Amino acid sequence: MSATPVRSDNPAALALAVRHRFRLAETLPWLLALAFYFAFPRYLGFGTELLITVLFAISLDLALGYAGIVTLGHAAFFGAGAYTVGMLAKHEIWTEPVSGLFIAAAVAGAVGFASGLVLLRTTGLTLLMLTLCTMGLLEEIANMAAEVTGGFDGLDSLPIKPLFGIFEFNPLYPYTQYLYVLGVLLVCFIFVRTLVYSPYGHSLTGMRENTLRMHAVGAPVRMRLIVCYTISAAIAGVAGALWAQANAYVNLSVLGLDRAATVLIVLVLGGYGRLYGGIIGAVAYMVLAHFLSKAYPTAWQLGLGLLLVAIALFARGGILGMVDNLTRPYKERKAQ
Amino acid sequence: MIVEIANMLLGGLAAGMVLFIVSVGLSVTMGLMGFVNLAHGGFAMIGGYVIVLAMNRLGVPFVPALLIGFIVTAAVSVVFERLLYQRLYRAPELDQVLFTIGLVFIMIATVTLAVGPETQPLTLPDSLQGQLNLGFMAYRTYSIVLIAIGVVIMLGLWLGFERTRMGAQIRAAVDNRRMAESLGINITRLFTITFAFGSGMAALGGGLGAEFLGLDPQYPLKYLVMFLIVVAVGGLGRITGVFYASLIIGVLDFTLKKYLPQGGTVFIYAMTIMLLLWRPQGLFGRPA
Repeated sequence: MSATPVRSDNPAALALAVRHRFRLAETLPWLLALAFYFAFPRYLGFGTELLITVLFAISLDLALGYAGIVTLGHAAFFGAGAYTVGMLAKHEIWTEPVSGLFIAAAVAGAVGFASGLVLLRTTGLTLLMLTLCTMGLLEEIANMAAEVTGGFDGLDSLPIKPLFGIFEFNPLYPYTQYLYVLGVLLVCFIFVRTLVYSPYGHSLTGMRENTLRMHAVGAPVRMRLIVCYTISAAIAGVAGALWAQANAYVNLSVLGLDRAATVLIVLVLGGYGRLYGGIIGAVAYMVLAHFLSKAYPTAWQLGLGLLLVAIALFARGGILGMVDNLTRPYKERKAQ
Repeated sequence: MIVEIANMLLGGLAAGMVLFIVSVGLSVTMGLMGFVNLAHGGFAMIGGYVIVLAMNRLGVPFVPALLIGFIVTAAVSVVFERLLYQRLYRAPELDQVLFTIGLVFIMIATVTLAVGPETQPLTLPDSLQGQLNLGFMAYRTYSIVLIAIGVVIMLGLWLGFERTRMGAQIRAAVDNRRMAESLGINITRLFTITFAFGSGMAALGGGLGAEFLGLDPQYPLKYLVMFLIVVAVGGLGRITGVFYASLIIGVLDFTLKKYLPQGGTVFIYAMTIMLLLWRPQGLFGRPA
């Protein structure tokens, strides 16, 4: 392990180095997100929700797409973060938003670490059931401990302090929320991008593709999975905390199977294990859901079901996978 | 005191029998193919709807309606299995999960569109209503009948599993699919038959349990975790395992709902987590 990597002229090494380099096109989603702020001031509430979904999907991508941990209970961490912020604010213990995110990340990360420590020994159906049951357990606890969590009704009118002491969070005009969430999302995205392109990130992909071989080459598989699960949980906790702060309430919906299934669908729709899959999937899903699910709830569900079946059978890479398939002939021609 | 305990046991056992009838097919198909079928509850719902609609709209008596439900659902499930499921037997779990969640959504939406979102009431025949005198106490006739049906089905399945050629083939395939295949067992056919039969059983369970589980389009999602817990606790591909697990969970759930209406579910989740950590293969499954 030398401190400075030696640039080799080997084409494979060059390809690897180029693949991870920052490209100008990567600024596009962020510019669009900023443009949205100015173009659709009336839809900023929707935009905020969309950005939070993107963050949540990215956190799931880290565990599911990169490390290959098939989980149905990721909303447990979203809920842990949301309830942390919600309870601290409602009982007036901590109402400052930015530091609240760190507390939420720490709590959700701790839940992820503790559950990952025992859960990740298992695989397959057992793992699926354990993640599902852990989420169900948290949901029931949140429902039962009504004194602190508000039970079924949740906690509303959370007193969140202005951002940096200046910018008020106004639930009716969510200008602050939108930019705040966008900023946090950018920071988290850069973090995750760096992480998955690091040697650590590549070892995660290795474990997803062939656990046995990773064991054989001496990688500390379980420890890395636990660390990955913890980071993923912490980011999901940040997403949940943002949700609670932006809406100024929390309720049981942050913890349920609905939310866990939705984020899974979002990620798979965009394409998992691809970094941008969460962004594309969230935009596609949320826009469709926004216009269809209220007006035609049953048809929406039917369409969603058909879409999922189609993705599972024919388009495993999601939207980005399809784009890849369509552009591959062109790219190959260019390479020749 | 004794009456109270008997009340708990009988109510819980009746609920457990329904759980068993619904989940047994899921356990066997998961054990056979390792397929994560989250849509199994959907077949229970389809069966329940066929049975209740046949009774309420066509005036079919209860028992023939149950048979119709079994046959229709088994037939529908064969179509699904041949056309869709079998493409995903070797696919990664995630694809199976997505596919079956999608299927659940399709089933829910279809039932909502075709029948409506409201709960379908099941009217039991007069002979099954009322109380049955057990000597030391009286109890709901229907619960006693459910327990009897459950025991009969269990015995029938056990005999079929242990004493027939088909059952031996299924057991062999659950234990070691490759070996069974190389002995010339036609796994594809075996699986289609098992899948159809399991879905038919789920349909029976959906109809028999409609009286207290309710029957509305959200049924497959509402009880998804419950069915999965039963299968995971009982162990994959073990009929006796599913039977005991169903009874334990049925009685626990019934008792806890009565005495601890708030925290009952917490206990079941916590118990399942502990158990799966201790024995990932389930209470009665064989270690992998």
